[in-house]
Amino acid sequence: MADRDKRDTHRCRDGVTRRGFLASLGVGTVGAVVTGCAAAEPEPRGDNLEGLVPCHLEINGRRHTLLVEPRWSLLYVLREKLGLTGTKQGCERGECGACTVLVDGVARYACLTLALEAEGHAVTTVEGLVVDGQLSAVQHAFVAEDALQCGYCTPGQVMAAEALLRANPAPSDEEIREGMSGNLCRCGAYDHIVKAVRRAAAARVEGGLK
Amino acid sequence: MKAGFGSQQGAAVPGGPPGTPAESSAATWGETLVVGAAVPRVDGWQRVTGTAVYPLDLQFPGMLHAAVLRCPHAHARVKRVDTSRAARMPGVRAVLTAASPGADVPWYPQRGKGPTSKLFDPHCRYAGEEVAAVAAETLFQAREALAVIDVEYEVLPCVAEMEEALLPGAPPIHGGGNRQNETLRYQRGDVAKGFAEADAVVELSFRTACEIHTPMEVHGSVARWEGDTLTVWDTTQGVFAVRDALASALGLPRAKVRVISQYMGGGFGSKLGLNKHTVMAALLARATGRPVKLFLSREETFLCVGNRPPNRLTVRAGAKKDGTLVALEMKALGTGGAYPHMPTSAYLVTDLYACPNVAVEEDNVFTNTGPGRPFRAPGFPPCAWALEQTIDALAEKLRIDPVELRLKNVPSVSQQRGGVPYTSTGLAECLRRGAEAFGWKAARARARGRGHLRRGVGVAAGMWGYDGEPRATASVSLFADGSALLNTGASDIGTGTKTVLAQVVAEELGIAPERVRIEHADTGTTQYAPASGGSQTVVVNAPAVREAAQQVRRELLELAAAALSRPQEELRLAGGAVVTPEGTAHPFASFQAFVASQPLVGVGRRHPHPKGKVALPFVAQFAEVEVNTRTGEVRVLRMLGAQDSGRVMNRLTFESQVFGGIVMGVGFALTEARVVDRRTGTVVNANWHDYKIPTIKDCPAELTCLPVDLQDRECNSVGAKGLGEPATIPTAAAIANAVYHAVGVRVTDTPASPVQIAALLQRREG
Repeated sequence: MADRDKRDTHRCRDGVTRRGFLASLGVGTVGAVVTGCAAAEPEPRGDNLEGLVPCHLEINGRRHTLLVEPRWSLLYVLREKLGLTGTKQGCERGECGACTVLVDGVARYACLTLALEAEGHAVTTVEGLVVDGQLSAVQHAFVAEDALQCGYCTPGQVMAAEALLRANPAPSDEEIREGMSGNLCRCGAYDHIVKAVRRAAAARVEGGLK
Repeated sequence: MKAGFGSQQGAAVPGGPPGTPAESSAATWGETLVVGAAVPRVDGWQRVTGTAVYPLDLQFPGMLHAAVLRCPHAHARVKRVDTSRAARMPGVRAVLTAASPGADVPWYPQRGKGPTSKLFDPHCRYAGEEVAAVAAETLFQAREALAVIDVEYEVLPCVAEMEEALLPGAPPIHGGGNRQNETLRYQRGDVAKGFAEADAVVELSFRTACEIHTPMEVHGSVARWEGDTLTVWDTTQGVFAVRDALASALGLPRAKVRVISQYMGGGFGSKLGLNKHTVMAALLARATGRPVKLFLSREETFLCVGNRPPNRLTVRAGAKKDGTLVALEMKALGTGGAYPHMPTSAYLVTDLYACPNVAVEEDNVFTNTGPGRPFRAPGFPPCAWALEQTIDALAEKLRIDPVELRLKNVPSVSQQRGGVPYTSTGLAECLRRGAEAFGWKAARARARGRGHLRRGVGVAAGMWGYDGEPRATASVSLFADGSALLNTGASDIGTGTKTVLAQVVAEELGIAPERVRIEHADTGTTQYAPASGGSQTVVVNAPAVREAAQQVRRELLELAAAALSRPQEELRLAGGAVVTPEGTAHPFASFQAFVASQPLVGVGRRHPHPKGKVALPFVAQFAEVEVNTRTGEVRVLRMLGAQDSGRVMNRLTFESQVFGGIVMGVGFALTEARVVDRRTGTVVNANWHDYKIPTIKDCPAELTCLPVDLQDRECNSVGAKGLGEPATIPTAAAIANAVYHAVGVRVTDTPASPVQIAALLQRREG
């Protein structure tokens, strides 16, 4: 925690200045004045360095260092800055679970998590589940049971199931429904999702996974 | 009478075009090896690993992000739009308004006369109508720029409720009053005479709420120009429909517009045609010389990309003592919001049951609400909600079992189409086999429970009224290594289309489905297919694919027969080899003539619909519910869908469709309703927190899919009928009938919320 505290202090001192805060909200023309190229192209790119702070993330076991605006969600950074588009954007307000990732092994909505909040924690996305080209037990079970239709909510469902089974290796159907209730599927694949989680639980036990 | 299905923009033209083969070239299969099996999706790996790239995932070098400014008022006139401040905002690269070059695009074009609109219409007719759009380096910047666009509105009085649209003094939404068209009428026989002869008559009035599609992937497009050629990645059910309408909106030749939608995150009818935001993305991309990505927010998807229109329906049914229906009458009122749409359907009343005397009147009105669009079986679930509850009430009055009453009135011909016979009708078998598998008689007789938790069971039937656009082309290329390329324009919207079509190729060519690579849903590189909607995708495309594969098969057998000096009829294809009657397998690659001329290519087309017959799917669904009489809550404990959709092409994806349809029906029955503030005309629950779609906990714990395959050899060359729509048509009505059985109150309005049911129970007690 010592490192975190130090970093937080750093951010407060140098990161979020009043000027940077205003620029990051896009209020006024501070950015244009500072960069001094006001005419046709006020600034070379949209991202104004004034509003950015360093952020260190550990995603799927790999460290990433990047500059972020404090308001950026983990979802935004994963998809727009790191190209990890397996994590899906559904509602951006914590209602659908399409963006579910694991933070220290626990299911979390990436849209309601600021990128800066994820610092110091291990983030796992759907891209992190495939090892040596092999599907995880949950992924395999989703294919085998046809626990998906359009597939857009599927990465989130898979991550929610992964989190559920890590916490509870042998859930009852009731517990599966509870554990998966934060993930919407408009195609209505729920029945097959229950079966897939059941199948994955059995396969994980058989495979010696916790 | 109208068919229940159509696209909202660039509507497809039914009927076979010139050049379509006159007859089906082949009888459907007898025994199959691959078709019908529970083959896992060919793209399952991509979908569970996050490697499937959806349009919303796309990024291109230099790509800009765009957002749309929408009118906050339900009815207003735009007097002035000042974008000067927005244009100077950081990162802003283009601002688009009605005054921008190329933005004067007509919208909602009507065949013949009727109201139309524009891409940016100064007369805003619902809260959410487009006023301007901005492209910027980031989405944050685009949205920030929208906030400083200065718009002066003249706010007009609005009408949000369809019942008020025709009242004197109601504000006119289009010139010429708020009636969308003259009352639509259908009549056969003499209903007055029919009701006079009836021993029992029941009349009930219903309301169904406005339901929103809300697919998981929001609507949107990425547009990129290369010179005068436009490529659009759109999350759509129909790339060709989008291409045609987009080319026409921009005045471009069709060949210069390429639309791609290989993975897409659900549509349910809301993504059948061209959207305004796609045109805006193209115009912004042209103005900036950069690729532009324009996707809606979740909230916007509740406002401007369609809904299942609210209906008000009154049904009157009369029957003889023995249950023979003698008269059916329906009066319907619906609204497609501010823009033309077919908001109601009386199809089921006119065709589901044999009845000599039928009369229907449908009134469609304009209101200051978001536009309706086709939504999984447009008009049918509301019509089933009304008709099937009325039939249930009639059965009670006649003291006849509801399954028996329906069985008494099963037609063998389509009365609505003037007595045309069906290629097959499984309505009776769906009812019979469904009742047996569900344990209907025992469940119906079971005590309904004591205390505050009451159980009941209900049944409802249905059919789907659209047999598809009989027009599609596909090509198949087979290599000597036993792999094949399938080229089809069809979109796989999650129904498993790609997998089913790969199975068809595999079946004909004796190879494994995973040896088939599919190129699809790209107007630049793939063959024509109609939009994936209306339950037509498999029934239209699978026969074309089969014909293409059969051509390859014939060519291969011909050259193998010559090489082996055997008659062709003796040879079969299996395991990537030509197999002789003795069981000797000659791998494809062992034929020099094949290796030298590979790939063998076949091109197939969909043949016309069978002459003098109609191929439609049928369904009966059964529900068991538990009603909490203290709270008015309904839990759906179990449901069974008995589905006559002809041949089961894939047992896994067939079941997924049926269960998905049922879950959607549970939402329509119990929780879903767009809520519009009557005074302001604005939607107050435009998000998934306040608009409740079913979660996994609302899905019945016990679901059964019972295919009823009557081995239809006439419907088309694969023997399959539509499935996606019929799976959701009777669900809500079956649940309502089960609620009635449990607690004896008739829930006439969707959603059957605790508030409504508690009030009904109280009224009954009171």
